Amino acid sequence: MNTDFFFRLLFSGLTRGSIYALIALGYTMVYGIIKLINFAHGEIYMIGAFTALITAGALGFAGFPPILILLLAGLVAVIYSAAYGFTIEKIAYRPLRSAPRLSALISAVGMSLFLQEYVRLSQTSNFIAFPRLLPELPIPGGLQGIVTSPQAFILITTAVVMILLTLLIRYTKIGKAMRATSQDRTMAMLVGVRVDRVISFTFIIGSATAALGGLLISSFVGQINFFIGFLAGIKAFVAAVLGGIGSIPGAVLGGLILGMAESLAAGYVSSVYEDVFAFVILVLILIFKPSGILGRPEVQKV
Amino acid sequence: MNKNAWYWPLLLALWMVVLTLPIFVIRVNTVVGEVTWRWQNALGLALLVALGTYAARAYRRLQDNAAAAGQTSGLQRVRQRVLTQYDHLKARAGAGKLRLLGSVALAVVLVAFPFAAGLFQTGIMVRALIFVMLALGLNVIIGLGGMLHLGYIAFMAVGAYTYGILYRFFDVGFWLAVPAAALVSTVAGVLLALPVLRLRGDYLAIVTLGFSEIVRIVINNLTELTGGPQGIPGIPKPWLLGLDLSLRQSTRYMYFVALAFVILLVFVMRRFENSRIGRALTAMGEDEIAATAMGVDITRSKLVAFALGSFWAGIAGVIFAAQNSIIVPSSFSIAQSVIVLSCVVLGGMGSIRGSIVGALALILIPEYLRGFSDFRILIFGGVLVVMMIFRPGGLVPKQRKVYTVDTEHLTGEST
Repeated sequence: MNTDFFFRLLFSGLTRGSIYALIALGYTMVYGIIKLINFAHGEIYMIGAFTALITAGALGFAGFPPILILLLAGLVAVIYSAAYGFTIEKIAYRPLRSAPRLSALISAVGMSLFLQEYVRLSQTSNFIAFPRLLPELPIPGGLQGIVTSPQAFILITTAVVMILLTLLIRYTKIGKAMRATSQDRTMAMLVGVRVDRVISFTFIIGSATAALGGLLISSFVGQINFFIGFLAGIKAFVAAVLGGIGSIPGAVLGGLILGMAESLAAGYVSSVYEDVFAFVILVLILIFKPSGILGRPEVQKV
Repeated sequence: MNKNAWYWPLLLALWMVVLTLPIFVIRVNTVVGEVTWRWQNALGLALLVALGTYAARAYRRLQDNAAAAGQTSGLQRVRQRVLTQYDHLKARAGAGKLRLLGSVALAVVLVAFPFAAGLFQTGIMVRALIFVMLALGLNVIIGLGGMLHLGYIAFMAVGAYTYGILYRFFDVGFWLAVPAAALVSTVAGVLLALPVLRLRGDYLAIVTLGFSEIVRIVINNLTELTGGPQGIPGIPKPWLLGLDLSLRQSTRYMYFVALAFVILLVFVMRRFENSRIGRALTAMGEDEIAATAMGVDITRSKLVAFALGSFWAGIAGVIFAAQNSIIVPSSFSIAQSVIVLSCVVLGGMGSIRGSIVGALALILIPEYLRGFSDFRILIFGGVLVVMMIFRPGGLVPKQRKVYTVDTEHLTGEST
């Protein structure tokens, strides 16, 4: 067995896994607070990628330097995705907050489909080339040929985002309010937490990290279309469940494990059924440990 | 911010325009290097949002005023009048007679349809009937059982490919394929259901969604068995006493076969709905914990719902294969599952009539409004959201069976 090949797979798995983790964060945070699987979350990620593409394209023709394009495209993508997340919550989920769970779930599915078609109809149904924005920097000797510069960039960005997010949730006032709301919404309301605002904020943060994931992976892969949110959404959901849905470190762990497992399976087993693999993992977790690695088992209350 | 201020709709319109600016207005061609600005889109959207909000507000005010003055709104008055007329008619002719008349008229229309309409229309109707079957089948799972199933079309694919493969390798005909496909897809449904039955509905949604995608990928890649992306061509229409049917005749025959299955399915569903297991399923759909407390076996009810739903999807798949005469993996995409879901939701979850109305409306209307065909899925997505917010019961809501007690008679007895 070739160790170089193994390490290459490992790093490509880590890269992929950090993107899953960035998307999974949104699922897990929203689930933690309103107990809803936000089916439209994959679409937010796709919209982030599209917004970045459009900004980067427009700036590129205007002759901006690449590093500035990367920063501006990232900023616009993050702001816009956050705005989409905020608006979607207001339109499709808020009116249904006290409705049966099935209604909110169906509304989420409808929203997801609507956004997909919105992008398909107003842009294109074909794959379009995404500019390679991530810088090509020299890699220190030992890692050369194993990890590429864009991969390293993705890994570092993800790590930074995770650390910032952990700090936000642990030490700020809004982070405390988020934790309170996810534990008991009514009680949080009674002690003066503005629950509506906290929920909006959660959607904004979750969407922003998803947009970052969209920007990073698209400029790494080099092409996008309107359908990329679907598979990414499912896999990120698997990552969230694997780590324990509702748990933020769980989402990161789940994303990394899933990414590596997929990459190794594609390298050593078969690349045709690569996408089937995530699903097999999902079913196995649901059978043997439905609460995930770091999640707490759910107690049913009446 | 004040939602009742006069400028609120304008702010809303501004927000939507800003929000949709990059994707809806700007288009970048990365190959040629040109940027197109489609300002007409932004203008149209702004007008739509602003005027729509003003209109909705005016409508609400009108209704509020009418309610305050103790009047009923125009629409309600019309509805009231129609209902009174209907009651008059019922009283004069007798409910039984009226129902008989309606059934006879419906039967005449259904039988005459393929002879009055052309080949093309009949083909569309067969497609609509297939979706009626799918909607009725999915209705058991989602409408009665309250489980969100997002991969229903996969079971139709299993049924269709069972027929396709049996025909391709063993030259099996339609009528033998029906029970075989029903059996295979039922087994597939139960196997899928088993691992997720213990879990809450949300997981079920994502597992079924994933499963549906897996089925498509597997069919796409098992080229020796399924023909891969090219599919299986030349699947025969049903056999009828060895007669050699012309194209016109065989299309009509196909219509009657589909119709017969739909009628059978409606009959089965009506019996099922009020059966012991059907009522258990309804109870479970409303509140799982309460149902358990009342002694409903949740696992068994869920399995039955899945088995029944998959069974009929398999049969619908065989009809679909025979009607299209070629099956390819791309006809069984997630979008198709969502179309079936939209049929059930639009019609009214849990309501048999609703599922029929929903499926006919969502399949036939786009066929005749070809200009909309590109926006079909967009509209379906919108329909799901709007229905859930404004009319979660659907167009034809489920009617609960009401048991009444003749109180007068009772008091008469006791004194």
